[in-house]
Amino acid sequence: MTTSVPHLTELPLERPKGCPFDPPAELGTLRDEHPLVRLTFPDGHEGWLATGHAIARAVLADPRFSARQELMHSPLPGAAAMVEMPPAAPGMFIRMDGAEHARYRKLLTGKFTVRRMRLLSERVEQVTTEYLDAMERQGTSADLVTAFAQPIPALMICELLGVPYEDHEFFRLNVLPLNLPDAPAEEQEAAINALGEYLYKLILAKRAEPTDDILGELTTTELTDEELTSIAFLLLGAGLDTTANMLALGTFALLQHPDQLAVLREDPERIDGAIEELLRYLTIAHTGARTALEDVEIGGQLVKAGEAVALSGMAANRDPLKFPDPDRLDVRRNAAGHASFGHGVHQCLGQQLARVQMKVAFTGLLARFPKLRLAVPAEEIPMRTDSDIYGVYALPVAWD
Amino acid sequence: MKLEVDRERCVGAGMCVLTAPDVFAQDDEDGRVRLLDRDPAEIGDAVQLCPAAAITASE
Ligand code: SF4
Repeated sequence: MTTSVPHLTELPLERPKGCPFDPPAELGTLRDEHPLVRLTFPDGHEGWLATGHAIARAVLADPRFSARQELMHSPLPGAAAMVEMPPAAPGMFIRMDGAEHARYRKLLTGKFTVRRMRLLSERVEQVTTEYLDAMERQGTSADLVTAFAQPIPALMICELLGVPYEDHEFFRLNVLPLNLPDAPAEEQEAAINALGEYLYKLILAKRAEPTDDILGELTTTELTDEELTSIAFLLLGAGLDTTANMLALGTFALLQHPDQLAVLREDPERIDGAIEELLRYLTIAHTGARTALEDVEIGGQLVKAGEAVALSGMAANRDPLKFPDPDRLDVRRNAAGHASFGHGVHQCLGQQLARVQMKVAFTGLLARFPKLRLAVPAEEIPMRTDSDIYGVYALPVAWD
Repeated sequence: MKLEVDRERCVGAGMCVLTAPDVFAQDDEDGRVRLLDRDPAEIGDAVQLCPAAAITASE
């Protein structure tokens, strides 16, 4: 039953020239014929790469595939140094399976429900207005990343978790290297230690004097200080860089597709659908991986116990079998079912928070600056190709 | 259609509430799904979109 399939010696990551939003062309060609192929991982592991939408979803939903850290092989270059990972630290639940994972997740899901996140809209609006005011005061141009895309999610996640916002610069700087697989190992380690220490102290302070925020509330559960520190680490890391890059890269994509921007300007009610489409089209968290716990037959192939399957979210989200004319940004399409928040029991916990922030922030930005445009040629925008979260390092914009 | 949800499987991602807000809600305490309507006419893609396969619909 196992037929011969192509064998890649590395994960294609190079975006086509002049199309910063498109996945590597190679991935598309591959997916349409072989949605599951062999891949040599940077650490030398011989595993698989899933590029088809159906297959990626199937792997993510199947408990025979593990998310456990000690079984992990990362497909990203630069991750080679991280062979022989230890088991996840207590609380690092995204790298756990089954009951262990569920126990942590259940303590958090109630804090990120659709209803609770929508109640935050008003606060997100205040914050957005403040930053838009500041941009306007500053003149007729700005870097959208530092003026808008980063500070809004940073402030929101800080408030929600109960991290003093005055400290946000410190942890912004220490979260960043963690998402750059090419950053020197010492730099990453220093960042992990600095953040861990900071958060541990914060948890101790909250234990001494409980506060009315997520971390404060969690100190009243059975979680230990160590577990709480890891959870704070996870939520902070996940909430900052992702939404920031969706806001900046999303704006870039809209500015490069004036017809789609016009649709949204004419009918701002389309924002919810447009956000799903931007999530699909941009797929900023572009890769993931799972490891087979037993032999699994999938997509006509036999994945053996211990073999890793890398998942290309960006290829899956451009699968023509799922999304007709997938390479077209179309804010009117139904993009539901995209894999940008993952699938299965690990599907993004903070996705409703991300949606609320994007809705308010994009709406506010477009309403405030009807003449928003790039301030430099598109080719000069520095793309984050070296990160496991795709995006832009800067987005110079101008208005009148 | 008749709906059933498996609260043990549910991971509280809220896709169901987004898709069919009149049919599904999330528990304020633990974020897990609650059925507001066991016999709705329309639930869109909610079954398909649930990341944890926690929703089943039968005719
Ligand atoms: S979509 Fe599924 S996992 Fe998410 S809240 Fe609804 S039932 Fe639970």
